[in-house]
Amino acid sequence: MAEFFASAFWTGFLWPLIVMLAQSVLLLVVLLIAIAYILLADRKIWAAVQIRRGPNVVGPWGLLQSFADLLKFVLKEPIIPAGANKGVFLLAPLVTCVLALAAWAVVPVNPNWVIADINVGVLYIFAISSLSVYGIIMAGWASNSKYPFLAALRSAAQMVSYEVSIGFVIITVLLCAGTLNLSQLVAAQDSKYGALGWYWLPLFPMFVIFYVSALAETNRPPFDLVEAESELVAGFMVEYASTPYLLFMLGEYVAIVTMCALATILFMGGWLSPIPFAPFTWVPGIVWFALKVLFFFFMIAMAKAIVPRYRYDQLMRLGWKVFLPMSLAMVVIVAAVLQFGGLAPK
Amino acid sequence: MILPALFFYLFAGICVASAVMVIASRNPVHSVLFLILAFVNASGLFVLLGAEFLAMILVVVYVGAVAVLFLFVIMMLDVDFAELRQGFLEYLPFGLLIGAIFLAELLLVAGGWVINPALVKTAVAPIPAGITNTEALGLVLYTRYIHYFQISGIVLLVAMIGAIVLTLRHKPSVKRQDINVQNARTKAMAMDVRKVAVGQGLQEPPSREAAE
Repeated sequence: MAEFFASAFWTGFLWPLIVMLAQSVLLLVVLLIAIAYILLADRKIWAAVQIRRGPNVVGPWGLLQSFADLLKFVLKEPIIPAGANKGVFLLAPLVTCVLALAAWAVVPVNPNWVIADINVGVLYIFAISSLSVYGIIMAGWASNSKYPFLAALRSAAQMVSYEVSIGFVIITVLLCAGTLNLSQLVAAQDSKYGALGWYWLPLFPMFVIFYVSALAETNRPPFDLVEAESELVAGFMVEYASTPYLLFMLGEYVAIVTMCALATILFMGGWLSPIPFAPFTWVPGIVWFALKVLFFFFMIAMAKAIVPRYRYDQLMRLGWKVFLPMSLAMVVIVAAVLQFGGLAPK
Repeated sequence: MILPALFFYLFAGICVASAVMVIASRNPVHSVLFLILAFVNASGLFVLLGAEFLAMILVVVYVGAVAVLFLFVIMMLDVDFAELRQGFLEYLPFGLLIGAIFLAELLLVAGGWVINPALVKTAVAPIPAGITNTEALGLVLYTRYIHYFQISGIVLLVAMIGAIVLTLRHKPSVKRQDINVQNARTKAMAMDVRKVAVGQGLQEPPSREAAE
């Protein structure tokens, strides 16, 4: 047995694999429990804005509502329409959910607390989020019904449009930090000015564009044209029931929290303390990270509660005629300031 | 070193199998979905090669944008497959010719490497040691190959302008909204408040032009 533990197979392959699996499972469990409460918080915030109580029946203050919903969805009968393309129909929610969760592989929540610390972390998240449109297109096509199909066409155009401006926003941040690695991106924002040294202040217009584009990219209100219930019933989810529907909802909320985490890392200094001296720097970084993610989620939840839905042509106009030129101009301006102001990294 | 080999065979196997399914599947939407699978696995192969920047760009550009447009178009078209298959034999020589050219090129590259392993090290722009491949790409792309880079940018710009010119039609019969005009409207421009005497009504009907 002792020689087995000393062998190359154990030290070089099996043990790292076990460690990696354990880390992934831990991250997923924490993330999913957090999502359950973030979903509840979303509904509570929405209710509070409308002076309602929100879910308050299951458990104290409705704290177990999300778990009751989970049980309800899992125990119901999954219905597959007769005209649907069965394989693609069932693949679509899986794609949505798996892709949303896969993005968390590179998110650093604390110094060195990251499953895969890869060189191109930002690009990885960007690539994964650009893939999330497939879940919706596949669902819309495979349902073989007109409302889902319209939703799929809308979402394809919407998500591709807003990805462009998100890409340019990310490029401005990368120009300032000089790295594509998410941990180094956070480290680049570490300064003696605390919260004032993070990128949200010098790149404030990009921060606003990122926030609005994140809403559009994750199909959140006011840009939820994909599932606008007044025109498309429920969009691409019309034909889905029980567990496949649950996977869609889960994937959607995970994608939203991923966007919050990305905003935290790009603009709000990740795990760094906003006040850079003693009692505040003793707080573990993950607490600051979680607080910032929750703050960003609160802003997204408030947008859902107080902003009326956009019209589709206005959405396209905003993406292509306002955000794209603005972010493109900002890339040029930021690059020029960094180059000629002597501020460029390295 | 068993792990990279394992992943290589996994990615390469799925890549080739899905490439076969692209041409073999009867449903065009399935074809595109298999094409996407092939792209994703090719990007996995890039990661194994240590070209992580290319891998991510492959996913962002081809899978995230180009294949979406493919899918978009194919879902909307009503493709008649019986008709498409009729021309199969007609196009077979072209397919074989292109395939033969690819095979010859691959054999040249691989053969040169087998005959003279030192050939790989004679690359025009070798990757400097100690930097990530994103930096290495940027260093050659913006210095040595800057003209090619800018020319390809201009070609793309011309193509984009050409596509817009070909498809943009301003029909005078279509009513369009100008959001600046809409936002510039004030209450005085939009509303005409009048006192109406009982039993008399308005003396003249409100005119739209006057309001504007």
